[in-house]
Amino acid sequence: MPVGATAIGVLVGLAALSALLSPILIGILMLTAFPLIGAAIGWMERWRAGLMLVDGISSPHAQLPIALSLKQRLSFRRREQASMRALGYGFVLGVLIWPLSALFAGISATILLTTLAAPIIAADDELGMGPWTLDTAGEGLLFLVLFGPVFYVFSSYLLGVIAGAEASLAKAMLGPRQEELQRNLAELRRSRLDLVDAFETERARIERHLHDGVQQRLVGLTMTLGLAELDLPDGEGRRLVVKAHSEAEAALADLRAAVRGIHPRVLVDHGLEAAVREVADRMPLPVTVQLSTTRLPPPIEAAAYFVVSEALANVAKHAQATKCEVSGWVDRERLVITIQDDGIGGARLGAGTGLTGLVTRLDALGGTLDVDSPPGGPTRLRMECPCRLGD
Amino acid sequence: MLAEDSLLLREGLASILDRAGHDVRDSVGDADTLLAVVRKEPPDVVITDVRMPPGHSDEGLRAAAAIRAELPAIGILVLSQYVADAYLSTLLETTTGGIGYLLKDRVGHVTEFLESLDRVANGGTVVDPEVVRQLLARRRNDGPLAALTPRELEVLALMAEGRVNASIAEQLVVSEAAVRKHVGNIFAKLRLEEGLDRRVSAVLTYLRG
Repeated sequence: MPVGATAIGVLVGLAALSALLSPILIGILMLTAFPLIGAAIGWMERWRAGLMLVDGISSPHAQLPIALSLKQRLSFRRREQASMRALGYGFVLGVLIWPLSALFAGISATILLTTLAAPIIAADDELGMGPWTLDTAGEGLLFLVLFGPVFYVFSSYLLGVIAGAEASLAKAMLGPRQEELQRNLAELRRSRLDLVDAFETERARIERHLHDGVQQRLVGLTMTLGLAELDLPDGEGRRLVVKAHSEAEAALADLRAAVRGIHPRVLVDHGLEAAVREVADRMPLPVTVQLSTTRLPPPIEAAAYFVVSEALANVAKHAQATKCEVSGWVDRERLVITIQDDGIGGARLGAGTGLTGLVTRLDALGGTLDVDSPPGGPTRLRMECPCRLGD
Repeated sequence: MLAEDSLLLREGLASILDRAGHDVRDSVGDADTLLAVVRKEPPDVVITDVRMPPGHSDEGLRAAAAIRAELPAIGILVLSQYVADAYLSTLLETTTGGIGYLLKDRVGHVTEFLESLDRVANGGTVVDPEVVRQLLARRRNDGPLAALTPRELEVLALMAEGRVNASIAEQLVVSEAAVRKHVGNIFAKLRLEEGLDRRVSAVLTYLRG
């Protein structure tokens, strides 16, 4: 209750002061700061509600980046709708709720106290209670026994109702609105997308680093070794150089395979279909590829590519399949890819399949991965993902 | 004419070519300079990396296609850190031979590399065995190649690598006469016109799938 009184006191005082000063600039400046007072009231009231309500009231204010200065923060908070709402709440609390609940509380307290004291008062004096006049201690006691509990229950109920109404009002005015909840959701999604994007950039950086550095040096090494082979006469020395040459080539091949797993070049240059075909060609079993998709944003292409290559690797490793089929198409702005084999089935997500990480990655893009793999087979994987980022 | 953005490899290539008595007229580090220099004074053969500045994507390949369109007489040997048949179509769109596409690793096998370079200079086609392997794995079931027997496909794949009949015979452990018979059958089945370089045409048919 004193919060309401304080709030209205502060508001009225400041408003009067600002009005008084409004002819000069400082008064207008003070008026513009009112939403901030609203934000402060909101903050305090939410804290107070947290003491009474089981799950409290969550903040409607947007999360601000840490990098902002105090001034930027204040100016953002000042423009937020939630601050204005909190200010309005402070006003309603001060003018309406607080006087009303103070009045009810006062009346209830008076009636209850008088009832409690009825036997004592009635002993000395006569006491008018509604239609009755009590003038002995016995009558007072009778009144207390008959009406005391009723009054007590009634006034408690009334105060409960007022407190409840106040809490609902606080929740409605101080809590986040639907669009603010949605904004929070969008922020969450965006930050996950940022994360996926950062991974993608980092992979590209690593690939570039390997390509420009290690790979070039190894190729240079094979060239030098090749030239050395030409000059050396047959013998142990030449045999060793030839061996070193083929070892350098093996290292290059390994490096190429590693790079393919990090950030495949074909995917970047030629898109999903070419890259998937390339993976398919590498498989020990025949893989049919039917993809009819255009170029998609890089994170989506990358996610789809890694899902297919991981799925195919699993088919080759575990499914005992004789053939496999990869199909992909775009349906209502969603990329759908299925991978089906004729193997033994029993596959599931999780348990070190390597697909678990990809599910997280898809999830951040708003996509899904489903596995249908009854024991005895066949296994069918279905991946779906929106074709645009941030959908 | 040499285009390669890594100084190390450019020097390496230049020294290999020097040794073989080739004259390296220019060496450049990016695709734009490559095009400018080639237009000004066309060389016999251009050796270019696929991935070059500024975009570090497939600039070299696109430069090669542009050179092919403007100056079809220049042989083009494309080198790459990494080969995939997807890149081949870019090269083959405008080409009638005189083209090569090899992994950089092959340069280290100096003698074979120089042979490949000669073949490209003479209007032949050389495709990295790795790409040929990918093409074989594709198992295309339609198109003109469907008429060929598996053996004939094998012979054609080796032709695509730029091998001559003797080398194909050695690889397949058959007589050179047998290879000639297969090659004749391939030409017949692919209905290649007399007059053109049928060996090149056959290989191109194969590569285009």
